[in-house]
Amino acid sequence: MEIKKSVISILASNKPDVLARIAGTFSGRGFNIDSITANVTGNPRITRIIITTQGNQDTIIKIEKELNRLVDVHQVTDLTSLDLPLREMILIRMPMTGENHEKIMEIVDRYHGEVIETGSGYGILELTGKKEDMDNALSSLELLGIDDFVRTGSVTL
Amino acid sequence: MSIEERTITILVKNEPGVLSRVAGVFSGRGYNIKTLCVAETTNPEISRITLTSNADADFTEKIKKQLDKLVDVVDVLDYTGERFLKREMMLIGLRITPDRYAELLQAVNTFGCRIIGMQPDYYIIETSGRRSENDAVFKYFQTFDVEMMNRTGSIALPRHPQKDSA
Amino acid sequence: MKLTGSQVLFKALREEKVDTIFGYPGGSVIDLYDELFHQEGIKHYLVRHEQGAVHAADGYARATGKVGVCLVTSGPGATNTVTGIANAYADSIPIVILTGQVPTHMIGKDAFQEVDITGITRPCSKHNFLVRKIDDLGRTIREAFYIAHSGRPGPVLVDIPKDILQGTLEETELFMKIHLPPEPPKEPIDEACAAALTMIRTARKPVIFAGGGVLRGKAVSELMTFANCIHAPVTASLMGLGAFPGTHPRWLGMLGMHGTYYANMAVSHCDLLIAVGVRFDDRVTSKVAEFAPHAKIIHIDIDPVSINKIVKSHVSIISDCREALQRLLSMAGGEVLLSADQTREWLEQIEKWKKAVPLSYCRSAKIKPQYVIEKLYELTRGEAIITTEVGQNQMWAAQFYRFDHPDTFISSGGLGTMGFGLPAAIGAQVAFPDRLVVDIAGDGSIQMNIQELATAVHYNLPVKVVILNNGFLGMVRQWQEMFYGRRYSQTEMKQALDFVKLAEAFGAVGLRATKPEEVEEVLRKGLETPRAVMMDFHVEPEEQVYPMVSPGAGLTDMKLGNLRRDAD
Repeated sequence: MEIKKSVISILASNKPDVLARIAGTFSGRGFNIDSITANVTGNPRITRIIITTQGNQDTIIKIEKELNRLVDVHQVTDLTSLDLPLREMILIRMPMTGENHEKIMEIVDRYHGEVIETGSGYGILELTGKKEDMDNALSSLELLGIDDFVRTGSVTL
Repeated sequence: MSIEERTITILVKNEPGVLSRVAGVFSGRGYNIKTLCVAETTNPEISRITLTSNADADFTEKIKKQLDKLVDVVDVLDYTGERFLKREMMLIGLRITPDRYAELLQAVNTFGCRIIGMQPDYYIIETSGRRSENDAVFKYFQTFDVEMMNRTGSIALPRHPQKDSA
Repeated sequence: MKLTGSQVLFKALREEKVDTIFGYPGGSVIDLYDELFHQEGIKHYLVRHEQGAVHAADGYARATGKVGVCLVTSGPGATNTVTGIANAYADSIPIVILTGQVPTHMIGKDAFQEVDITGITRPCSKHNFLVRKIDDLGRTIREAFYIAHSGRPGPVLVDIPKDILQGTLEETELFMKIHLPPEPPKEPIDEACAAALTMIRTARKPVIFAGGGVLRGKAVSELMTFANCIHAPVTASLMGLGAFPGTHPRWLGMLGMHGTYYANMAVSHCDLLIAVGVRFDDRVTSKVAEFAPHAKIIHIDIDPVSINKIVKSHVSIISDCREALQRLLSMAGGEVLLSADQTREWLEQIEKWKKAVPLSYCRSAKIKPQYVIEKLYELTRGEAIITTEVGQNQMWAAQFYRFDHPDTFISSGGLGTMGFGLPAAIGAQVAFPDRLVVDIAGDGSIQMNIQELATAVHYNLPVKVVILNNGFLGMVRQWQEMFYGRRYSQTEMKQALDFVKLAEAFGAVGLRATKPEEVEEVLRKGLETPRAVMMDFHVEPEEQVYPMVSPGAGLTDMKLGNLRRDAD
């Protein structure tokens, strides 16, 4: 069975130890976490956690079952097969001089991004898109010299 | 001591169990992690955790000391405050009827969102910005028929290059 | 009227109909113990080590089917419960562990007797709670009980800071209604049951394999009805002993590494395996690729995690055992699914296997441990509640004592915790003061929680301890003999330990037998004495447990040692 990237959406109680439990379930059972993003939903008592992981179909089913056992987990959904948009956001700070400005803007435009701040010789870019696109954007921009960046990890609806 | 939203960035070695330990440090002290983002860096061995928590000023110092003790934690940085740019991304899926298309498109333009999914009766809007901005955008779009909403946690970046990374 | 946290806690326990607690006081829970002084209707048993409290609550839960309760203080009191909690978790036993904790404002400051017990027990408990506000206390206790006994049972820990116990609440503000996240919806089982029935009707060599789930799920009578409905033989895991009567003609004995020859052969040759409330542990399956190779497998279990975890089932019914069996029986409409004729040939083959290699042992001038168990069985008429320690003593108990009734065999299966048997026996004896409760132990295991003998004597609990004393860490020694060229590394226990004097030092009765002729008399005397008794049987040191499935081998690859063997 092929290993593929999977996306799991978890609705859980918004409590201090929920993340520790979920992370513990992953590590305790030997499942890896590639990326994770967690935020409170419209209901302040409920958190949604989106985890991307890798594994074959069997592994994903196992993960779902283990997570469902946790008392504070309300719902677990495997979103992989639903072909939903998987989006990510990156913030990048890099030197922006007269020379590389054009090259940077070309990449920013290509990925429908924005320069959200500029300072003395530095600019902060915000890009959103599919993970592969973000990976490509990063590679391209790295050639021009990235100072610091941060990414959210994938999220979907 | 005032409680406000604190942002912490933690660079960790990408080892199994590291997230569990970091989360355990927070829960062991009763700090609720409000939002969390974990993603890779260009170094495949290092991941970056960005999290926010509602706590007092003492919190950062305390938690940093605890986290620093963990073997797999490489660095702990306090990204609270004006020197740091903070953004999150939000996806909103809403049901729509043709009579409201124009209204929606205008709102999308005004707020500077993007439409990333489009079906005759269902649109997916993506927006990014400060948490408070996203709150306002979401509130507006609730006048439509919102079916789903999802937001990443906040991510943060120093506005200026820092002299040292501590 | 104002209530203190301690009063709220006891109110919640009364709501849960708790009348028995095993515990050990300390600084963090002194307020609770002060309140206990005024409480009627709850009897507290003071153990001598917190591990004993958890095992006693565990034994109590296994014997009664109720949720066992224990209470300990913070720090070392809490960490001493970890083995017991992990033990209950491995065997899915419903217990609630109440631990004291330092005051809330001191948490995280490395206070005196502070540990992050919720962090430590997170991976080995079904769930745990740290109470941060007195408003949450009552509700949390009730939630803990609910979680402990619902679905697949398990241990739940509630960590309670001292200031919460000391705090006060208006009685009118007391809120004890459970408020838990919704559970995943139960899937309907009719389709799976129909598929199972079809599969059953075409089988001719069925075997029913019962596990702990049948006992926890109180499905014993449904199992019997079902077994009769398909005229099938029945085997069980260690945790399932007692789910089907050990004296029944279609009982196959235990399955697995030290199971009977005929159970292992039956499962290896059956065409249908109906697994009820089991998790296919490696002690049972051995080499998974060769487990039940000719069988279609129907797996009934309440926990989806167990389904297809180790063994792939052809039909899986995710349900409480009792409900599933009832559904199957009602869908069968009262008809016999497989007649005696249809399984006759299969049962005859099984009889041949039974005759070929029965459980046996050779008599000698020394006391054989199996003989002690046989005699114990005879003298108790199979009616005792038996707890065991771990190792050879446990295996011989499982083999040579026949359990006709559920909840009468109490043994640490999944974790295999030496030192479990004596405190568990105390728990069972507290639950059933008029029954005979016997702990079958080895000389190694009994030392691990020997201090609990003081508890037994303190409360006049007439538990009997049968020590199969071979001067060795028996099971490890067996492996060293079989696989490590008899290099007995650190398994020989040269003891000057005189168990009779030890028993008497505790205030119990001590008896000893060193020759086979003495066994019956010592047992008789011990069983008849209305006090805690420790019986020291000096048994053959190098006796092996047979059959033994070689590690990593298929179930049919059994070492049979000196078991009688006819050509089959």
